[in-house]
Amino acid sequence: MSDVVNDAQPLSGAPAPSRLATARLPRWAPLGIAVGAIVVGFGVGAAAGWKSHIQWGLLALFLFVAGSYAITARVEGRRQAKDRVATSLIWASFILAVIPLYSLVQTTISKGSKALDGTFLTHSMNNVLTIQPGGGVYHAIIGTLEQVAIATAIAAPIGILTAIYLVEYGVGRLARWVTFFVDVMTGVPSIVAGLFILSVWFEATGQAPHEGFAGSLALTILMLPVVVRSTEEMLKLVPNELREASLALGVPKWRTITKVVIPTAVGGITTGVMLAVARIAGESAPIALLVFGSDVINNNPFQGPQSSLPYYIYQQYTNGNDPSYNRAWSAALVLIAFVMILNALARAIARWKAPKTGR
Amino acid sequence: MAKRIDVSGLSAYYGTFRAIDDISMTIEPRSVTAFIGPSGCGKSTFLRTLNRMHEVVPGARVEGKVLLDDENLYGSGVDPVSVRRTVGMVFQRPNPFPTMSIYDNVAAGLRLNGIRKKGELDSIVEKSLKGANLWNEVKDRLNKPGSGLSGGQQQRLCIARAIAVEPQVLLMDEPCSALDPISTLAIEDLIGELKTQFTIVIVTHNMQQAARVSDRTAFFNLAAVGQPGKLIEIDETERIFSNPTVQATEDYISGRFG
Amino acid sequence: MTTTAPPPTAPPQKTRTVTRPGDRIFSGLSRGSGIFLLVVMAAIAIFLTYRAVQAISKDHGNFLTTFEWNASLNPPVFGVAVLAYGTVVSSIIAMLIAVPIAVGIALFITHYAPRRLGGPIAYVIDLLAAVPSIVYGLWGALFLVPHLRGLNLWLDKYFGWTYIFHKQDPNSAPRSLFTVGILLAIMILPIITNVSREVIRQVPRMHEEAALALGATRWEVIRLSVLPFARSGIISASMLGLGRALGETMAVATVLSASPQLSGHILDPLGGTFSQNIVAKFGEADEFGRDALIASGLVLFIITLLVNGAARIIIQRRKEYSGANA
Repeated sequence: MSDVVNDAQPLSGAPAPSRLATARLPRWAPLGIAVGAIVVGFGVGAAAGWKSHIQWGLLALFLFVAGSYAITARVEGRRQAKDRVATSLIWASFILAVIPLYSLVQTTISKGSKALDGTFLTHSMNNVLTIQPGGGVYHAIIGTLEQVAIATAIAAPIGILTAIYLVEYGVGRLARWVTFFVDVMTGVPSIVAGLFILSVWFEATGQAPHEGFAGSLALTILMLPVVVRSTEEMLKLVPNELREASLALGVPKWRTITKVVIPTAVGGITTGVMLAVARIAGESAPIALLVFGSDVINNNPFQGPQSSLPYYIYQQYTNGNDPSYNRAWSAALVLIAFVMILNALARAIARWKAPKTGR
Repeated sequence: MAKRIDVSGLSAYYGTFRAIDDISMTIEPRSVTAFIGPSGCGKSTFLRTLNRMHEVVPGARVEGKVLLDDENLYGSGVDPVSVRRTVGMVFQRPNPFPTMSIYDNVAAGLRLNGIRKKGELDSIVEKSLKGANLWNEVKDRLNKPGSGLSGGQQQRLCIARAIAVEPQVLLMDEPCSALDPISTLAIEDLIGELKTQFTIVIVTHNMQQAARVSDRTAFFNLAAVGQPGKLIEIDETERIFSNPTVQATEDYISGRFG
Repeated sequence: MTTTAPPPTAPPQKTRTVTRPGDRIFSGLSRGSGIFLLVVMAAIAIFLTYRAVQAISKDHGNFLTTFEWNASLNPPVFGVAVLAYGTVVSSIIAMLIAVPIAVGIALFITHYAPRRLGGPIAYVIDLLAAVPSIVYGLWGALFLVPHLRGLNLWLDKYFGWTYIFHKQDPNSAPRSLFTVGILLAIMILPIITNVSREVIRQVPRMHEEAALALGATRWEVIRLSVLPFARSGIISASMLGLGRALGETMAVATVLSASPQLSGHILDPLGGTFSQNIVAKFGEADEFGRDALIASGLVLFIITLLVNGAARIIIQRRKEYSGANA
């Protein structure tokens, strides 16, 4: 809350002439203050011989905020000064966040493109020493595609049906429980999903799993709540009039759902499933526990260890030498590209198929 | 306290669309001026140019002059924030701050202006709520959320909030359109009392209401959809409703169109 | 934003009239899926607890207070104290950094950025939310860690007296809980930003206009109208981020140099988290060792359940109070 302000009108008592035209800083003032702050900050930093340029930047930032507050408070008043400080802090938070996120993308692309070539995409790590350059991610791509495909094949129908239950049939206690536990399930950490499948496997077979399918099951658990949530949102967007129109024509409810409701929402549902796929494709923790990793191509997700892209990155990282780091970066680039393409496609579908009645 | 408004050559735009075209009028102090006209004729837009709320909409801008006594609201160096403190506004739908109590709602504008002393706040809040004919209904539950009141009470709470900062002018944008007849009557009575202190401008769809509450009435019209709205005429309310000079006004008032 | 409210579109009739076979099959299938989901959740709790009990019963240390993790010893000694501490501390650091910045970015997109920029920025941040955690982990270990050395030394030099920022060995690599916290903050930033942005966008215009018409500056509009309305949503967004930070595995595993020590100096390369410990110890563990790890996973599971539950209660309360009348 602001304190007493010089330019505030007296609110009770004798009417005072209003002063609409208050002193205001010129439009270039923020820029001027910023430039001044940077010059002084870097000057002081250079003069004092600070090594870290981050410190220079921090000093400049501090000077900018303090300077704009002081100058604005003097010219325009305290309230305006507070407004301006809030503005500069909000801009600063944006810039502060952009730096690491930009660096992440930039580093991945510049380092990842080094080892990325045709060989990298079409070869496995079979017979490649970790300290050698060369080798590739083919086996990991196969592993990821298969594991994700199986997980999607299980999670998508169950998730969509659950959402249909919640939106179209769900009344009463069961629906409330399901809704609640979908929320809870969203919060299950991926490593816990992995441990769960592990313990089931122990009980069922007496030994630890090492095959792609086990990983798929863990991914299924992570994918289910995402699919349910997004499908639910999409089904809720379908206007009730459509359902009633169809029911009034004497169409049975299940035909109404399959022929009217789902086709209306199909774009959104597809988008939701694809976003869920993009999310689980990047999961590495359960794979590390359940699939075990492998350097060779294994096309059978139901037998023998497999690799996966995220797990491959982790493995290469733990090798701890430059050729492996390069492979890790390249695999990261491949993985990001895969996830981003899925995202972009999903959004394109959402835009293309969006029901016209929605928000 | 109350000030005269002189508008000259005012046009308002949304992007490239001209919503109102070249309006000039004088609004007398300590009186109620009503704006009537068909939907889309720009009367609400015009109202919002009087406290620079129009430019809040992205891409909106204004040309022309609005003099408050002798000061141009759109002059260089004028801060829209201080304009809005001088020219209060009540909206179509009651919009008390939902997370604040009744007391805090009325005190919100005062606190912005740096009044922090409990005693001073208390007395202004009471005065404003009394001024809005709401005090007796809420004096025992000042700390309850404002959203718990009925629609009509909420609207009077918004009026109390607006008059608490003692503006020169009070703009009302269809303040009764979301209310039932009894609440409407309460607000209309209130407007009659408030005009002794404030310059009041009210936009209304309801011609009986304009006839009941206003001293002067301005009729707005537009040539066709997509065309800018224009001021057709402004005169004493009695004359507008009994003997307007322009045919379109008579047609509108007698219900022949719009 | 997800809601737990019952879907408004559900037709409420439950008839006892004739049902067609098609209807019966279809509704049975969809209800079965819902029940399946409940069964899975129950199974997770049951299986984890069952295996965990087997491990904990043979633990010769106190499972909750023991520092070390030596499940392969005979007799085995292991406990989650260090892990719980590390998980909580790194998550708190992440939240302290991420929440204000995320709300700032959300406000930037909705209220401050030039209109033409807002959309693309929101889109890019949307995409960043989809970057896999292992990529953050790789970047954190190979890029962030070396670049944080200066900040670590600086904090030690000027703020070492606070105890928290004291670094016992100034030459040690900054593979500390503090670094993990920063990395987690960067990771959860997009998700908190996205959800907060959605909530802030839903603040009705009329509330903002109410503040504007009183003569509020832009910041005062945000403080009077936007933040109070969006508060519960921002809390739930933060809790979502917290859930991610608590359970994050790979990014922590790549950055932290783990050791079974509990240190108040957050710059020291000490400590561990639940999931980091599981991944690190899993390879060498036998079946009993894995049960012990499952036991620690159960604790993590319970913590995340509590966080989610708390978030939900907070949101429910706020909803009742704010009683949005619009």
